[in-house]
Amino acid sequence: MSDPEDLSALMRAARKGDDEAYRRLLLLVASWLRSVASRGLAAAGRPHADCEDIVQETLLAMHLKRDTWDERQPLQPWLRAIARHKLVDHLRRRGFTDHVDIDDHADTLAAPPTAEAGSALDARQILAGLPERQRRIVEGISIEGQSARDVGIRMGMSEGAVRVTLHRALRALAVAYRKDRT
Amino acid sequence: MKTEQLVASLVVDRAGSARPLGRAMGWAVLGGAAVSLVIFAVEYGPRVDLMPAFATWRFDFKLVLVLAALAAAAAACLAMARPVSTARWRWTVLPVLLIAASTLAAELTIVPAGYWQAHLVGSNALDCLTAIPLFALAPLAALLLAMRRAAPASPARAGAACGALASAAAAVIYAFHCFDDSPLFVLTWYSLAAMPVILLGALLGRRLLRW
Repeated sequence: MSDPEDLSALMRAARKGDDEAYRRLLLLVASWLRSVASRGLAAAGRPHADCEDIVQETLLAMHLKRDTWDERQPLQPWLRAIARHKLVDHLRRRGFTDHVDIDDHADTLAAPPTAEAGSALDARQILAGLPERQRRIVEGISIEGQSARDVGIRMGMSEGAVRVTLHRALRALAVAYRKDRT
Repeated sequence: MKTEQLVASLVVDRAGSARPLGRAMGWAVLGGAAVSLVIFAVEYGPRVDLMPAFATWRFDFKLVLVLAALAAAAAACLAMARPVSTARWRWTVLPVLLIAASTLAAELTIVPAGYWQAHLVGSNALDCLTAIPLFALAPLAALLLAMRRAAPASPARAGAACGALASAAAAVIYAFHCFDDSPLFVLTWYSLAAMPVILLGALLGRRLLRW
């Protein structure tokens, strides 16, 4: 995470079809988000238990909105803007309305990767709230680590249909994150 | 679910990237404008002297002005769609202002002061105030729908930009119906007609474009 150029290059490679580059990028961003979120929560006096939920919600937003990154610009300001938006949104939903500026924590971009402390709490509930088929596909790919093709064979769907349903499930997750909580 | 597990799903979903934002918005404007063109054809129709009008400088500059406004609004819309807002789009407003100022200066020079008011009021003001918002509705709806995929830094401002772009598209269509070509008329009433659309866009944007 120390070389800013690196992230932009990874996203560019991902756009050209490099799945491994995309996975590396997401994991790097996740560990950066973890340190930003945990400092943001500490500054707002919120329990640290929310941390992994913020990481996942932001990662999901970054994934779904990845087309809004302009390749001629560096990736980091774009990432920071999305992280700030999601952190502020999260805190506001929990009644914290003060200004949150993650630029204060920008130095954490160079921080060593933070290990994942525990699973997100809300993610499990939100996942359980998805329609049966969507939930089974997310579980198959994420938790059981299967490929889209294997999940398709098991569920009697084509690989394309699995991908379409997966995309719907991810969008539904993003919406559920924003709406289901108070 | 652990974050690493979520990442697996995101990687599988990576290939399903949608088309570029700019193209999606282009199609939204075109699709919306097509609906408005039908309303235009059925309810309004082109002015009867359309062909001779092309030979007059006022009509030609009216077209150049609304097209420049369309380009500026499109640039604003695209800039507002992103989480990091840049100010570069503001340069596209400059040609609009230059065209507006120069045609206005020409008009005020050519037309004696006693006729300024008549040119300003024109004959179609009410028509203009209803037709432009009407023609803007379909493009606005299509644009807001396309914008939902975006990640605007400010949903209200992005909605307002959608409203501006929809009004500019509507103005291009309406320009072919309206007899009033005086820059005095166009600058006054076309801008006033765009206001409610921009406001509606901002209000809807605040609700619909949150992410």
